[in-house]
Amino acid sequence: MAALDGDSDEDLVSYGTGLELLEEGERPKKPIPLQDQTVRDEKGRYKRFHGAFSGGFSAGYFNTVGSKEGWTPSSFVSSRQNRADKSVFGPEDFMDEEDLSEFGIAPKAIVTTDDFASKTKDRIREKARQLAAATAPIPGATLLDDLITPAKLSVGFELLRKMGWKEGQGIGPRVKRRPRRQKPDPGVKIYGCALPPGGSEGSEEEDDDYLPENVTFAPKDVTPVDFTPKDNVHGLAYKGLDPHQALFGTSGEHVNLFSGGPEGTNNLLGDVGVNKGRKLGISGQAFGVGALEEEDDDIYATETLSKYDTILKDEEPGDGLYGWTAPRQYKNQKESEKELRYIGKILDGFSLASKPLSSKKIYPPPELPRDYRPVHYFRPVVAATSENSHLLQVLSESAGKPTHDPGTHSRHQLNASKRGELLGETPIQGAPTSVLEFLSEKDKERLKEMKQATDLKAAQLKARSLAQNASSSRPQPSSPDVGHCSWHMALSGGTAPVRASNFKPFAKEPEKQKRYEEFLVNVKRGQKDALECCLDPSMTEWERRRERDEFAQAALLYVSSHSTLSSRFTHAKMEDDSDQVEVPRDQENDVSDKQSAVKMKLFGKLTRDTFEWHPDKLLCKRFNVPDPYPSSTSVGLPRVKRDKYSVFNFLTVPETASSPATQASSENVPQHQGPDKSRKPSRWDTSKQEKKEDSISEFLSLARSKVGPPKQESSPLVNKEEEHTMESVSDKVNKGVDSQTEGEGSRPSMDLFKAIFASSSDEKSSSSEDEQGDSEDDQEGTREADVKGSQETDLVETSSVAQASEPAPQEPAPFFPIQKIQIDEREEFGPQLPPVFCANARQKLEAPLKEKHKKNKEKHKTKKEHRRKKEKKKKHRKHKHKGKQKNKKSEKSSSSESTDSSDSQSDEEGAADLSPQELLRRLKRLPLRRQ
Amino acid sequence: MEDNNKVTPKRGFPGQKTSVQAALRWRGREGGAMAFPEPKPRGPELPQKRLKTLDCGQRAVRAVRFNVDGNYCLTCGSDKTLKLWSPLRGTLLRTYSGHGYEKVNTVQFNEEATVILSGSIDSTIRCWDCRSRRPDPIQKLDEAKDGISSVKVSDHEVLAGSVDGRVRRYDLRMGHLFSDYVGSPITCTCFSRDGQCTLVSSLDSTLRLLDKDTGELLGEYTGHKNQEYKLDCCLSERDTHVVSCSEDGKVFFWDLVEGALALALPVGPGVVQSLAYHPTEPCLLTAVGGSIQCWREETYKAEDGTG
Repeated sequence: MAALDGDSDEDLVSYGTGLELLEEGERPKKPIPLQDQTVRDEKGRYKRFHGAFSGGFSAGYFNTVGSKEGWTPSSFVSSRQNRADKSVFGPEDFMDEEDLSEFGIAPKAIVTTDDFASKTKDRIREKARQLAAATAPIPGATLLDDLITPAKLSVGFELLRKMGWKEGQGIGPRVKRRPRRQKPDPGVKIYGCALPPGGSEGSEEEDDDYLPENVTFAPKDVTPVDFTPKDNVHGLAYKGLDPHQALFGTSGEHVNLFSGGPEGTNNLLGDVGVNKGRKLGISGQAFGVGALEEEDDDIYATETLSKYDTILKDEEPGDGLYGWTAPRQYKNQKESEKELRYIGKILDGFSLASKPLSSKKIYPPPELPRDYRPVHYFRPVVAATSENSHLLQVLSESAGKPTHDPGTHSRHQLNASKRGELLGETPIQGAPTSVLEFLSEKDKERLKEMKQATDLKAAQLKARSLAQNASSSRPQPSSPDVGHCSWHMALSGGTAPVRASNFKPFAKEPEKQKRYEEFLVNVKRGQKDALECCLDPSMTEWERRRERDEFAQAALLYVSSHSTLSSRFTHAKMEDDSDQVEVPRDQENDVSDKQSAVKMKLFGKLTRDTFEWHPDKLLCKRFNVPDPYPSSTSVGLPRVKRDKYSVFNFLTVPETASSPATQASSENVPQHQGPDKSRKPSRWDTSKQEKKEDSISEFLSLARSKVGPPKQESSPLVNKEEEHTMESVSDKVNKGVDSQTEGEGSRPSMDLFKAIFASSSDEKSSSSEDEQGDSEDDQEGTREADVKGSQETDLVETSSVAQASEPAPQEPAPFFPIQKIQIDEREEFGPQLPPVFCANARQKLEAPLKEKHKKNKEKHKTKKEHRRKKEKKKKHRKHKHKGKQKNKKSEKSSSSESTDSSDSQSDEEGAADLSPQELLRRLKRLPLRRQ
Repeated sequence: MEDNNKVTPKRGFPGQKTSVQAALRWRGREGGAMAFPEPKPRGPELPQKRLKTLDCGQRAVRAVRFNVDGNYCLTCGSDKTLKLWSPLRGTLLRTYSGHGYEKVNTVQFNEEATVILSGSIDSTIRCWDCRSRRPDPIQKLDEAKDGISSVKVSDHEVLAGSVDGRVRRYDLRMGHLFSDYVGSPITCTCFSRDGQCTLVSSLDSTLRLLDKDTGELLGEYTGHKNQEYKLDCCLSERDTHVVSCSEDGKVFFWDLVEGALALALPVGPGVVQSLAYHPTEPCLLTAVGGSIQCWREETYKAEDGTG
């Protein structure tokens, strides 16, 4: 083979390494698995791979990265996410342990700094050195000593020395009698600093008996108690190897089991090794006799009983247990007092105390008052309703709350400046007195706003009680002052202009809102007739009454729902989505009216809700449909942001109970009658700032629907007695709105009314109404009289009211359509309007309704006819269908009702479209069911 | 089956509104399968030979749908997922999971099989994209307050019936949601073939024909029994009759215009769970218990034994 291809081999370019030929019978080698493959350099050394991004095969000084000698590569962190996370290296990052140790360049151990080291050198040493220098064979050879500077002494040492202390002595007053029988004994350890050249020790008398009177002795030095825990398994006091002993060592130490601290002082029984002189070398119980030891006789029997104490005895007095065994000190306190004579050098400027430090006096704890209860007792919380206002009053009195009176503020409620004012001080001028002065203008503005908000809150708090009074004083509306006795409460300094900070319950009616704010201001000032004076004098009595309730309620609710909460929480500094949740802007309405509509088979507008709905762009694309809202980014139903923990996200407001009347009430403000109503924005079309208010106002309407009694009181009365008044009211409303009324009265059929009134007995839209309605029946007579009386007084009071209440029932018919118009577009807040449908008005209503019904029937008929025709001509079905649809549509357009065709729905959210629905609601709530 | 596929492009013809998405429908409880063949020039045939059984592994399968060309089918069931199969090969292609913890009631392709719409007990309809590999739905229609029982799709609308008693029609072209309150839990909704009306069956044993645009009631059909099960309803091939299952083992036919009961066809002893009407011919498929039945008009001469 080779011979054949010999020349052709020349032509070929060989590439790579050829496989080795296998021997006969040799198995092919298994390839090395990937994890076992290693990379080596040209010298065959293993190359470490550090990672593609951290050095590859060679990193650091001689590829030492990651090894013990080299630095550790920091792990790669993408700077995309955390780019601000830049680690700043300090010098410590480049130091190793040696540098941080005691003698390194940055020792971590606590040492005496130069500031607290004595500057002066050890004088004794100095002297010795000079002496040595003088006597040295080579004068000036102390150069070497100069190089070796002694350790600096701390200030404490210096102070002690100045006070006469010397190394080796204990600290404390000198004692008269030398208590210890200490022998000058090389075995005695000296603690503290270096060996003193002859101190008090040198002056010791060896003779115990001779004790001169004037000689005092320094106390014994104390070994600091060793608090190091025993962490080995050796026996007590075992010393394996003592390097100190090895170097300077004494041996034959007495083992004192009972005194752990001062060792080597207990030489009563004599020491074995005392006279043996110094043993050099390493010694210890673990070792035998060292090579340097002179005697090796004691190898095997080192333990003798004599080394142990055989009796428990009292410690020697003055044993150096000062400060350690406290009981002793207390035991002979008198003696210590007697002994209080510090004999020694007293520093300049100091004198010896004549008396010892008096011990701390301990005062007994204060006596508790007899009626003190350690557990706080919570008074029962009683909701402020009209029924239990008396109870509330009693409770608050029993709680001992001070009545709100500007004069009787306790001093704790005054701040310094107010107290100063009271005392007649002139306010401090000049330097800013408070931190507030340093605030920027903007912050000040904000603070001011907040303060006003709280002021407002306080005012509204008062309005709460006012509301109770107003409701309790309801039966006697002619004498409003009766209920307002408690309006005396006033706040001090209430002259600040009250701005309704952000709560405008009547924002849609600026007039009313203005009156409301005025009311709040008045309440804050503590005016008795806060409500009376701010109400519009041109209003009728029941309007004023209603508005009074409304204001009081609004104030109350605002406090309870908003301010009390907001006082506990702060606003987020940043835009934070977490406290707000997106909820659909439009919600499907309450189903109760729809149910009745279904029962009547009135499908269509009554049962249909139409919402704006944004399909996803991709979905449109997939469906081959142009995006209906090309500019919108939202998907699904339009959403609004609202408070996350708002109750209103989870409540469906019973609109049937509240809305119609509130709408009616809103109409009574003449400023708002006008063509611009039709394009009034829906209440959810508000900007983000107003949303909070929305929730509150919703809450308002909700709560108002629960309040019940006022509207129930008024409605039957008015319905039965004062129909003419109502009509006049409605007439008043209708002035100037007649232009809108054409062609509206033809909506609901008679069946509708019948069905509603027939079924309304078992469908209770609001239970509270019914309950209270029953209870009121018996009271009605008296109340009627009352109301009559009040009416009369009102007539006398205000001429305009009197005019309005004159029976002038001319053409009440147009009233209904207007009602409808406004009902359709908006849900208003406010108290409920008493039903406006009086008997004659209703009959006039019914006529167009019948017409409408007829039309409906006709429509059905035509439809059916069409169908029948269609059946006959099956062949041309498609065309027929189209025709049918066209007919249908033409029908619709021809009829006066403006049926929303699907195309035009978005444009004309027509005023009239939803009206039957609203009508239904209204009608359901009429008290007619009793008849 | 393969022959069917050849014809199917017709269905995707844009102008044709009478297409039927529900080419095949399996009821989980019976395990029965129903299918419509497409009309052939050589005369209709009904699928009688079992070609494949897919073990979906979804426990009870609640709905099965073909896509527009019949190459894929979707199943949904109790395991909260949708599964896209190639039914002829029997392979699982994709699994769409995202319906929370609730079972998926119904599933539907749109007309071009670019979007899957699935309605679940978790009260959402989810639109899944067939054209991309997005694991999450394009859009979630979560307006319903209760489980979705029925979803139907037209070329630009999604019709959904919910247990909360409302029929919601999402009009993509207009960008509106129309919610019609019916009151009783909806079991089935469907468009009429002319696209002008919606038929709604609810648990109060009533079918209602509503005008699609205004929501007005055009007809009401009662007489059958539907108080418990999710039964199907449909319109006949030319919108002449309203057909509904019943719990008393019959299929009820009403005249659409008159509203009068035209026929109560006894089908079997059990509950007639599901039915489907032929898109062009008077042919009806019903499902009772574990079996399905096919019905033709009386004059029809059976080429093959149809029951």
